[in-house]
Amino acid sequence: MPIRTEPVTLNLGPQHPSTHGVFRMRITFDGEMILDVEPVVGYLHRGSEKLAEERTYVQVITLTDRLDYVSSMSNNLAYVLAVERLAGVTPPERAMYIRVIVAELQRIVSHLVATGFFLNDLGALATPLMYCFREREKILDLFEMLCGARITLSYMRVGGIFQDAPLEFWPALRGFLGYMPGYLDEYERLITGNEILLSRTKGVGILSGETAINCSVSGPILRASGVNWDIRKADPYDVYDRVDFDIPVGTVGDNYDRYLVRIAEMRQSLRIIEQCVQQLPDGPIKTEVPSLVRPPKGDAYGHVEAPKGELGFYLVSDGSISPYRLKIRSPSLINLTALRDMLIGCKLADMIVTFGSIDINMGEVDR
Amino acid sequence: MTTVLDGDLVASQVDKLIPGIVEEWGACDVWVKAEGILDVCRFLKEDPALCCDYLVSISAVDYVEYFELVYHILSIKKNHIVVLKAKCWGREDLTVPSVTSLWQGADFQEREIYDLMGIDFGGHPNMKRLLLWEGFPGHPQRKDWLESPR
Repeated sequence: MPIRTEPVTLNLGPQHPSTHGVFRMRITFDGEMILDVEPVVGYLHRGSEKLAEERTYVQVITLTDRLDYVSSMSNNLAYVLAVERLAGVTPPERAMYIRVIVAELQRIVSHLVATGFFLNDLGALATPLMYCFREREKILDLFEMLCGARITLSYMRVGGIFQDAPLEFWPALRGFLGYMPGYLDEYERLITGNEILLSRTKGVGILSGETAINCSVSGPILRASGVNWDIRKADPYDVYDRVDFDIPVGTVGDNYDRYLVRIAEMRQSLRIIEQCVQQLPDGPIKTEVPSLVRPPKGDAYGHVEAPKGELGFYLVSDGSISPYRLKIRSPSLINLTALRDMLIGCKLADMIVTFGSIDINMGEVDR
Repeated sequence: MTTVLDGDLVASQVDKLIPGIVEEWGACDVWVKAEGILDVCRFLKEDPALCCDYLVSISAVDYVEYFELVYHILSIKKNHIVVLKAKCWGREDLTVPSVTSLWQGADFQEREIYDLMGIDFGGHPNMKRLLLWEGFPGHPQRKDWLESPR
């Protein structure tokens, strides 16, 4: 006589160490097999879009810091690009180069955090994470030199940046560019060929290119699925059209590919920073813009390739000192759309790893 | 560079296939009737010349007399973007056809708009609040929403 089984529904989170914040999944299991997944979000909702409607254009920069709090620079950049497009402001050359340098440093920070926590989720508790955080600290020190803050930076301004880099920043950055490739090699020796990692991540959580496009997935996840799409190349902003870099692309779209794409992107980021430091011109770092910017009536959409994917700001101005409407297209939330496709048919034990490979940030999901 | 397609060009192509659905157009955006949004999106996605396979974002703006939905639709192959807009007049019982059948990526974005703006998307498989909890009074992204009603 066959044993009668029935599906079990389990709530994972909102308080769970693997969810990187407060995220809940309602998962239906048949034994160990996942039948259905429903993400439940909103536990960190602060109403950033509504708050922006009562602040001036410059004040909103501080709100963008708190979206994806491990990549404030990219958030700042996406927002100021949208305002600049709306107000018709062009920043000076030097500011554009420094913006690209700090945005790429921020990409390395975000990918280091993603890689460290990905291995943490795999069960390699704390050791790889501490290696990754060692270099992250160095970049945060660089940010501290630039603007005094380490996490919530608010470094960008409409029409440029807040202040020029101090003199001691450049030797420190050069030092970082010198030792970082060696550290990346060290991670790869430690992680990439590791047999446990290979057997846990290869062929797990596969996302095909068509599904990724259909789910509006962006960033390293889209590229790991074999789609060659990077806004830095496709729609270059600031000075990305003047530097030479490659777009790492995966083949299978499994967890391992997503890990490899992030490691390869860090190497490309170092290349971009090196070229920017070489090409960096002298000159002003900010176009004169009134502190109460009043962009003309109209709307604009500004987007960047943030570390987690396409971060876009849709801005509507009514000619006053604060945005009439600010809509944030957050990559973390939209990348979660593909979670269900990636998890159905997976085993319970692979669920946390697959979820970790998406690299979401709850501050950005809930806004 | 990602080219933003001319409103004029998109409007003429859409109007040829579905006469009367285009309301107006600007330099780089096209306004269509809200009830026809799904048909227009299907045309944009399936037309070989436009080939808009990637839905970037859906935004909703409250202009008090009407709500405006803004669709940014991208073609990864051709590297161009179409900005599609639709006006929904009124404040209550607003329904717009959902585009989740074309792009799964619309799922969370439409739920978010329903949650914060109160626009219902007909045909969405799981139309409920995304960020706020069930039973939350009103839709807080609207301009006339007050935290503590007077």
